Amino acid sequence: MIPEIGQLALVLALLLALAQAFLPLAGTSLGKPAWTATARPVAIGQFLFVALAWAALATSFVNNDFSVANVAQHSNLSLPVHYRFAASWGSHEGSMLLWALMLGGWTAAVALLSRHLPERIAARVIGIMGLISVGFLLFILTTSNPFDRLLPPAPDGSDLNPLLQDPGMVMHPPLLYMGYVGFAVAFAFAIAALLEGRLDSTWARWSRPWTTAAWCFLTIGIALGSWWAYYELGWGGWWFWDPVENASFMPWLAGTALIHSLAVTEKRGAFKSWTVLLAIVAFSLSLLGTFLVRSGVLTSVHAFATDPKRGVFILGFLAIVVGGSLALFAWRAPRVGIGGQFSGVSRESLLLSNNVLLVIALSAVLLGTLYPLVVDTLGLGKISVGPPYFDTVFFPLMAPAVFLMAIGPMASWKKAELPVLATRLKWALGVALACAILVPLAKGTWSALVALGLFLAFWVIIATAVQFGGRLRAAPQAGIVAKLRANSASWYGMQLAHVGVAVFIIGVTMVKGFETERDIRMAPGETVAIAGYEFKFTGTREVPGPNYGAMQGIFEVRRAGSPELLLKMYPEKRIYRASGQTMTEAAIEPSLAGDLYVSLGEQVEGNAWGVRIYHKPFVDWIWGGCLLMALGGFLAIADRRYRLARRAAAAPSGALATGD
Amino acid sequence: MKPRTKRAVAIVGGLAALGVAAALVLNAFQSNLVFFFTPTQVAKKEVPLDRNFRVGGLVEDGTVVRQKDALTVHFKVTDGAESVPVVFTGILPDLFKEGKGVVAEGRVGPDGVFKAAQVLAKHDENYMPPEAADALKKAGHPMSKENFAGQGGSAR
Repeated sequence: MIPEIGQLALVLALLLALAQAFLPLAGTSLGKPAWTATARPVAIGQFLFVALAWAALATSFVNNDFSVANVAQHSNLSLPVHYRFAASWGSHEGSMLLWALMLGGWTAAVALLSRHLPERIAARVIGIMGLISVGFLLFILTTSNPFDRLLPPAPDGSDLNPLLQDPGMVMHPPLLYMGYVGFAVAFAFAIAALLEGRLDSTWARWSRPWTTAAWCFLTIGIALGSWWAYYELGWGGWWFWDPVENASFMPWLAGTALIHSLAVTEKRGAFKSWTVLLAIVAFSLSLLGTFLVRSGVLTSVHAFATDPKRGVFILGFLAIVVGGSLALFAWRAPRVGIGGQFSGVSRESLLLSNNVLLVIALSAVLLGTLYPLVVDTLGLGKISVGPPYFDTVFFPLMAPAVFLMAIGPMASWKKAELPVLATRLKWALGVALACAILVPLAKGTWSALVALGLFLAFWVIIATAVQFGGRLRAAPQAGIVAKLRANSASWYGMQLAHVGVAVFIIGVTMVKGFETERDIRMAPGETVAIAGYEFKFTGTREVPGPNYGAMQGIFEVRRAGSPELLLKMYPEKRIYRASGQTMTEAAIEPSLAGDLYVSLGEQVEGNAWGVRIYHKPFVDWIWGGCLLMALGGFLAIADRRYRLARRAAAAPSGALATGD
Repeated sequence: MKPRTKRAVAIVGGLAALGVAAALVLNAFQSNLVFFFTPTQVAKKEVPLDRNFRVGGLVEDGTVVRQKDALTVHFKVTDGAESVPVVFTGILPDLFKEGKGVVAEGRVGPDGVFKAAQVLAKHDENYMPPEAADALKKAGHPMSKENFAGQGGSAR
């Protein structure tokens, strides 16, 4: 019964999405206010029905309804209840429903929070999001129905992939999708602006918080995925330039360029066409990511089943969205115009360089990701592009971008004076250079790449501190609190995000430069010393789990030369009963200065095991940096001017822009 | 500067930057392509000797031999027609098993043994690396993807 309710809700949601797409778009074009006015209620209705469908699916999972094929394939009686719940998006069908749910949620949020927008714009944005909903709901109903019945019902399900039975995996997909799908809002705003033929600072201010919000969620989603790979795959890597990772990273790069370009469009009315194009690109890459990951073109933990119908559907949808929006762009962009003038050294030009570098990096990642697929499709053989390609291309492109990132917030709009910037930043430059040379020396091994990475990080942090000091001194208010309050939340948000980038770079540099990795064979009683620690393998024991049996290794860790026991670590080798799949569960002792990482390989002979013992200095800073970036983004959204704009519906543009 | 010269300078500068970036990208791209070969191709010596490549197929039953004292493993990768001896030192992925699909990256030594720098970890028991599946298909191996998936079962 419950699956049928879900099925029915999905069909109704599709009908509402059709109405949501047609009525507002036609209403605004034909001048029928009654049609236009339906946009908000219909959008909210659509969301409620998708939510109902999703609730029905989750209920089927929690209740172990194995007469639903999807449940029977991805769940199991012995699976703990929270993983049964999470399994509802652990399958292809379920994850597509999650996509639709997120899209409905973003649309409903736009509908509820857009009272201050002109009716025509809001209706068009909602209408365009309706079109996207139609596409996805059709996709679910025709090729990936999560409610398909299994007759006769299975007595017990096969299992959820053990790798996905993990708290990180519970949170990763929803957050990532929040980000992916959130770019649909930026996209819808861009298309609405093209349809309207009007694009100005006010438009940028409307679309900016939505874009930033999507970007924040995507940042956290990617970071969670990376963190999960680090502790769950059992070999301590945190980024592999795997096509699936690239699929989420490309929209992130485009989104990063977009939020910076939007800043210029809001403050200076410049980069208009470029901003619109980036919004189209960011969402197209989200769709491309979905296509790559879900169509079975790429095989990985994310690709569930290879059904050519699905691939063809998404590819067709992608072609319509990209082709249609680019055609509209070509037709309408001249009317939108390019925007204001600026000098060779100005905040605009610095942001332009940022955008150019990000887009080149994006193209390089796109090339490396798609080329093997194209070659394969043409039948020219199978190749892969190794991670060194991405490393060699990505770092030289991002290094200048990060260097400029520290200067950008300090440069004035329109025209900046180089000597002024140089005077303000020469100390920062000196201190950063000194630290970059001295810190690796103190660590013992000096390498140019480590020094460069640390230089960039210190440069950003010190330059930010200089700006902070400058702002505080310049504020006319008395008292530190009043001085702090003089700056806008979005200024703090930007600085926090930039410091996040620096923290991220410190993490990457320290791990790449100073990590120690040992793969060795250890028999009980043997000791190995790495990075100033001694690891003693004392043996293994069997430990039962809820739906698996585990062999647990026991390791005693001491500081080198000290007899005192520091801690014990318990890596596990698990065998999941339902699927018989083996899985490695690493033991990790995290700290700000670095992680100790032990994982069991296989039993080599007797009681001896292959063991990986790693020391990963500063590795947690990688994800900490991402978190800071996202927090900075959220802080920027909390800026007063967006709330004021919402309260005073018809506030004149530009009047509220303060601070940065 | 006049706006026109300024624009010209900007355009030339932009193009130069793009050119440098493109050269950088393509150069790195060229040197990091990893080609895939089937065991049959390796046996026929159709493979490059001076760069890494990938070979894929099934781990041949009864060929996995561990060296007692270290982490070195010898096994053979087969596509049904030919098989390639492989040696790997390190910790194998969880899903490495006799009779299962595998992809190894490395190069062939003078002794004809494929020295793997990496044995690729895969995520799912029921999953056959596409390169391995392709190699089997080319060699006319009867094991299709479906019955491969049906085999899942006892670990170790």
